[in-house]
Amino acid sequence: MLRFVARRLAMLVLTLLVASFAIYASLSVAPGDPLSVLTGGRTLPPEALAVLRARYHLNEPLPAQYWHWLTGALHGDLGSSIALRESVNTLIGERAGVTFELVAYASILILLLGIGSGILAGLRRGAVDSTVIAGTTVFAAIPSFVAAIVLISVFAVKLGWFPALGAGTGGVDRLWHLTLPAIALALSALAIVARVTRVSVREELGREHVQTAISRGLPQHLVIRRHVLRNAAIPITTVTGITIASLIALSAVVERAFSLNGLGSALVSAAASKDFAVVQGIALILVAAFVITNTIVDLLYAFLDPRVALGSRAE
Amino acid sequence: MSALLEIDGLTARLQVEGELRTVLHDVSLTIGAGEALGLVGESGSGKSMTARAVGRLLPRGAQTSGAVRFDGRDVLTLGPADLRRYRGEVAMIFQDPRAHVNPVRRIGDFMTETLRLQGVTGADAAKRAAGALRDVGIDDGERRLDQYPHELSGGLLQRVMIATMLLGEPRLVLADEPTTALDVTTQAEVMAILDELRHERGMALLFITHDLELAAAVCDRTAVMYAGQIVETRAASLLDRDPLHPYTAALAAARPDVAVSARRLAAIPGRPVSAFEAPAGCAFAPRCVCVQERCREARPPLDRLDDGQVRCRRAQELRGRMAAAIREGEASRA
Repeated sequence: MLRFVARRLAMLVLTLLVASFAIYASLSVAPGDPLSVLTGGRTLPPEALAVLRARYHLNEPLPAQYWHWLTGALHGDLGSSIALRESVNTLIGERAGVTFELVAYASILILLLGIGSGILAGLRRGAVDSTVIAGTTVFAAIPSFVAAIVLISVFAVKLGWFPALGAGTGGVDRLWHLTLPAIALALSALAIVARVTRVSVREELGREHVQTAISRGLPQHLVIRRHVLRNAAIPITTVTGITIASLIALSAVVERAFSLNGLGSALVSAAASKDFAVVQGIALILVAAFVITNTIVDLLYAFLDPRVALGSRAE
Repeated sequence: MSALLEIDGLTARLQVEGELRTVLHDVSLTIGAGEALGLVGESGSGKSMTARAVGRLLPRGAQTSGAVRFDGRDVLTLGPADLRRYRGEVAMIFQDPRAHVNPVRRIGDFMTETLRLQGVTGADAAKRAAGALRDVGIDDGERRLDQYPHELSGGLLQRVMIATMLLGEPRLVLADEPTTALDVTTQAEVMAILDELRHERGMALLFITHDLELAAAVCDRTAVMYAGQIVETRAASLLDRDPLHPYTAALAAARPDVAVSARRLAAIPGRPVSAFEAPAGCAFAPRCVCVQERCREARPPLDRLDDGQVRCRRAQELRGRMAAAIREGEASRA
């Protein structure tokens, strides 16, 4: 267990290192000049440009630039934004909250509604099942930016039940503001989780060991809880974990649509202006969150399925 | 011997691809208290379906008619609570223990599940489970209780299955090919344990197999199934020496003999049919070497003959000449 976590942590560090270099390299070959944002399109005298270049290390070769950034990052300083003239640390600190809350809200929706409706559909044939199948077929096909537009136009503009923009001021108001974004973010993932849950439950119901449990005279609710749902939890956990991990990246789209001041929207604008340090910092946070979520799922998995040994090598 | 289990004219139809297909046709059987009945037949002949019907485990959408009575109670109409109680008295052992034991729960958890439900404390239930494991020849029971199914071999797991069944102190055991998935030496061990414990505790047994000899070795009587029907019921020891039905005789003739060298193994012509595709007359008529016109006209009833029952119109006249008739048929085809 401890060795598994340690190995995973080492892998996380390695992943971050590789990811950071890949992002740095791809940004540097992308067209555009970070200084053009700073100068605002004005033509500066070459001396002034040279000073700016030197200040942001833009005059040095790529490996040196990367090295500067890396040593800073290892000391906990993610550099500073060229466009916003702000330290990346503060920028992330200010914006991580909204993104985290949005993803958490969407995850709760997925866990409750996705898994819940999947279990119901799996256990009950007939109307409930058909409704869930029809609903999830539609929802799974709706990308989050379309969902965002539809939700805004119906529930915010027409009905006026929810605000269309912004993240609110905290507490209940924050929850109210984040409801539509969370739904937009969760919708298609929720549908996929519901479908996988339904199939897993159905599959377990047909298993021989469930028949054994029935043949032994166990009451139905125990058969379902201890044998059907318990075993179906294994594939459900896998899919839910991957889905939730991918929400972090997807949140960028939803944050833009609802004008939420989160990491995702900052990442999009920073990438557009080639703001290296910001892109780097946020991307690393996203990568780390993804890897950590998956590690948690793996730990859960080993806990749920005794046949899986943690970090197993063939015995 | 009073009948513990009585199957009376049981017909079952299953929903297959939207249509109802007959899988059991007019099956009648009795098992006395403490008696062992073998149920033999080819794959798809309805052996397992009979056991499932008795355990009320037919797939959803199945329709049944006729009656299954256990200790005088009608099994097919039991309500949920009575059904659970009934399932406590009738235990099932399945073919593939690996598939029939929940892979993510510990052996101890699996074994004591129903005991705990009856209010037995954890420690007490574990002690009884270890005791039951000792009864089936597993000495380090306490250690096994903490293990998971994948850590045990198939033979060991089948013993766990038998031990688990013992904990419920059933009066009837439905064993559906309990040794088919095991290797030959393990098969013998498991069978010996099952046989011994059954005698010791006076449990009745419905033993499903396609091995005539095995059935003869452990059972008092043997019933032969073909196309969802019982075609013959007979004292197990008489079945291959003095078969009443041409199908039984053909099965016995098709069995290779280690003492005789043959160039080719004897086989029954044609292929086995399922109950739903059986012809209107005798289901075995298309493959029978003794067939006559009247066999094809109407389905023969299950008649009493000596100390057995047989579903063949010519049983009386072919009595004792069955094996010879089969050999002649073989020779004329060759």
